[in-house]
Amino acid sequence: MPEKNNKIITENLNFYYGKFQALKDINIKIGEKKVTAFIGPSGCGKSTFLRTLNRMNDLLGEVRIEGKVLIDDSDIYRSDVDVVTLRKKMGMVFQSPNPFPMSIFENVAYGPKIHGIKNKNTLQEIVEKSLKQAFLWDEVKDDLNKNALSLSGGQQQRLCIARVLAVEPEVLLMDEPTSALDPISTLRIEELIQDLKKEYTIVIVTHNMQQAARISDYTAFFLNGEMVEYDRTENIFTKPKDKRTEDYITGRFG
Amino acid sequence: MKKLNKPCRISQLSDKIAKPLLFGMALTAFSITVLIAFFIFQQGLPVLGEYGIWNILTGKSWRPTEGIYGILPMIAGTFYVTFLALAIGVPFGLATAVFLAELATEKTARIIRPAIELLAGIPSVIYGLFGMVVINEAMRFIEREILAGVLPPEYRWGYSILSGGMVLAIMILPTIINISEDAIRAVPRSYKEGALALGSSHIQTILQVILPSAKSGIISAVILAMGRALGETMALIMVIGNVPMLPRHGILSLFAPAATLTGTIALEMGYAGPEHRAALFMIGVVLFCIIALLNSFAMAATRRGVGK
Amino acid sequence: MLTKPKDRKELLINGFLWAAAFLAVAILVFILGYIILKGMGHVDLEFLTQKPRKMGSEGGIFPIIIGTVYFVFLTILTAAPLGVGTAIYLNEYTREGKITRIIRFGTELLAGIPSIIFGLFGYAFFVVLLHDYTQGWSLVSGALTATCMILPTLVRASEEALKTVPRSYREGSLALGANKWQTIYKVVLPSALPGILTGIILSIGRAICETAALLLTLGGSLLMPESIFHGARTLSMHLYMVAMETGNMDVAFGTGVVLIAIILLINFTANYAIKKLVARNR
Repeated sequence: MPEKNNKIITENLNFYYGKFQALKDINIKIGEKKVTAFIGPSGCGKSTFLRTLNRMNDLLGEVRIEGKVLIDDSDIYRSDVDVVTLRKKMGMVFQSPNPFPMSIFENVAYGPKIHGIKNKNTLQEIVEKSLKQAFLWDEVKDDLNKNALSLSGGQQQRLCIARVLAVEPEVLLMDEPTSALDPISTLRIEELIQDLKKEYTIVIVTHNMQQAARISDYTAFFLNGEMVEYDRTENIFTKPKDKRTEDYITGRFG
Repeated sequence: MKKLNKPCRISQLSDKIAKPLLFGMALTAFSITVLIAFFIFQQGLPVLGEYGIWNILTGKSWRPTEGIYGILPMIAGTFYVTFLALAIGVPFGLATAVFLAELATEKTARIIRPAIELLAGIPSVIYGLFGMVVINEAMRFIEREILAGVLPPEYRWGYSILSGGMVLAIMILPTIINISEDAIRAVPRSYKEGALALGSSHIQTILQVILPSAKSGIISAVILAMGRALGETMALIMVIGNVPMLPRHGILSLFAPAATLTGTIALEMGYAGPEHRAALFMIGVVLFCIIALLNSFAMAATRRGVGK
Repeated sequence: MLTKPKDRKELLINGFLWAAAFLAVAILVFILGYIILKGMGHVDLEFLTQKPRKMGSEGGIFPIIIGTVYFVFLTILTAAPLGVGTAIYLNEYTREGKITRIIRFGTELLAGIPSIIFGLFGYAFFVVLLHDYTQGWSLVSGALTATCMILPTLVRASEEALKTVPRSYREGSLALGANKWQTIYKVVLPSALPGILTGIILSIGRAICETAALLLTLGGSLLMPESIFHGARTLSMHLYMVAMETGNMDVAFGTGVVLIAIILLINFTANYAIKKLVARNR
């Protein structure tokens, strides 16, 4: 669908938890430096799908995957792929903000540090740059040593975004990043996403259809583990091709 | 485009080493159990084989220097004090648990709970010292002044099964209280509310609904307390006199001095010769089997509790 | 009418419940109070800093305090890494399965074994079999035996502490490209530390309380321990030996006071740590 420069491509992707098939034959092409939204009712597989893209599902135990996930044309489930490098490239922001119980500075510096950056000045620069990118710098620049858990929910989520940006990813995977936030914080995050789009490929899972309509270029609708429809966002919301998509958009189920 | 191949760094190396290292630790922790069982049985089984299990378990006299290894008096002593301790400690502990879970205000509980915790943290030798000086003194007074006419002369030294039972009852209190309180608190609110809504009083609700529902937890509390009592060594050595003789005066046997399985090992290991030592390990085997049996009951009880 | 009916039986039961709880506290206060009052007069600077004389029936308890410190230190030095490591393995590296079940079953069984059995084991294994390495009855043998005893407590406490660390911390770290060990070392362990420390403090308490197993492994020397391959005695052992063998109750009570002071200190520290932990998790 997106005409050129596909960042992520999946081919006949099937995913199983034990015997339960959570994803059925997913084929998608996600464009570089675009915002792609996944929508659908709870349990439809959209979060599971997101987590196959940085192999976070590997942590869950009895899971099995079939098909291919290509990122920059290389299959991330091949045996010689290093998961650590993959995850560094595919930054992830979670549903509820999960800062570590450390200072604001330490939170942002955590990623660069584990990837081997030791120089204090370099770290300082990275932290400042990342916090600025996440629109958080002005609010916290005077107390970087404050515990991150003392921030408000919205600030915490922006901190988590800054923390991800600090490891210089190419893709941002966002798993319902605003579902635990108040409307004002939500708007700030949405503005931020619009801004980040210039540099990053963004995939966002959301419950909130308004949000998908507001911020995304492309939207995929998931139902019962299937990707029912995938198109430009305006097409999905104005002239869906599938009856099930239309039902969901107009609020008839979920 | 960045490659997704593995980088080579020290952090990578420590990640590789961590798992086998930690597994080794876990394996060590596990193998200790196996080692313990192995050594106790290896040292103790030969004696059991040589003298015959039955002869040893029912033998009434323990004269290790002469090669006579009957441990019935110690088995009896151990179970007398254990059951006595349960008879005193269970009602007392259960009442405290009910009080904490159902009646106490947060403020009162905040005084009582640390006290119970502290009770669990006091060394057995402190209980032993207290029993030796305070309880046995009182027992001596009773035995010599009040019951002097009824008691046989060898029962007048204060060192007695009753003292052992009382000290042990105090020592098992924390186990009973903590586990029963958890069990009582785990009873769903709805049961209690249901009973109260039907017009039961609070006490009736406790007796008729809450305690029966918490039964399996209370049973495991009792079994664990029993394990603790069977295994206690020091406090009992200090208060029961360590006389390996079967008490035979009916109810008056409460005032009889006695010996326990654990106490005999602790006292005699210090001076025992090789064969005597092996006999003490044999007592260890018996104790080990009793505890293992008790533990399997406990596990069966919890499993039934879970299945419910 | 909505007035309270007076039911004799209920009042009685109610009274019994109150009495039981307060009796439990009263017993504690009485035991501690009695020993402190009896022993307080005997504890002075001289008692704490002098060597014992006449098999401990006179003089002070200085070498015993030092022996206790050595013993506790050595025990924690071996037990803490082993216990925490086992807990990390069980909680972070394995999914609930056969291996974890067997290992957990093994450590749980340890918890139920009476201390005298540990003593017998320590005697047969550390004192006799490994005599060339431990020098028989020695601080090493005693500490290794005590390590076996406190291991279940430590493993359980550490596992509980690790379980309280939210999964989101681990996911957050892994998603940033940290590997498993980095995640455990830099995020999980620091968060679990107060809980683990509480477990260690409580284990120290347990080691100090222990007597029976040490009678069979630590020796009971009254001399100042010169190295970890010498015998020693702890305060608990000293109390027992003095009370049972010399009959000098003053020294026994004095030792009891010191022992109680240490136990109280440990309890308060542990409670403080727990409170800190609760406050931080809020």
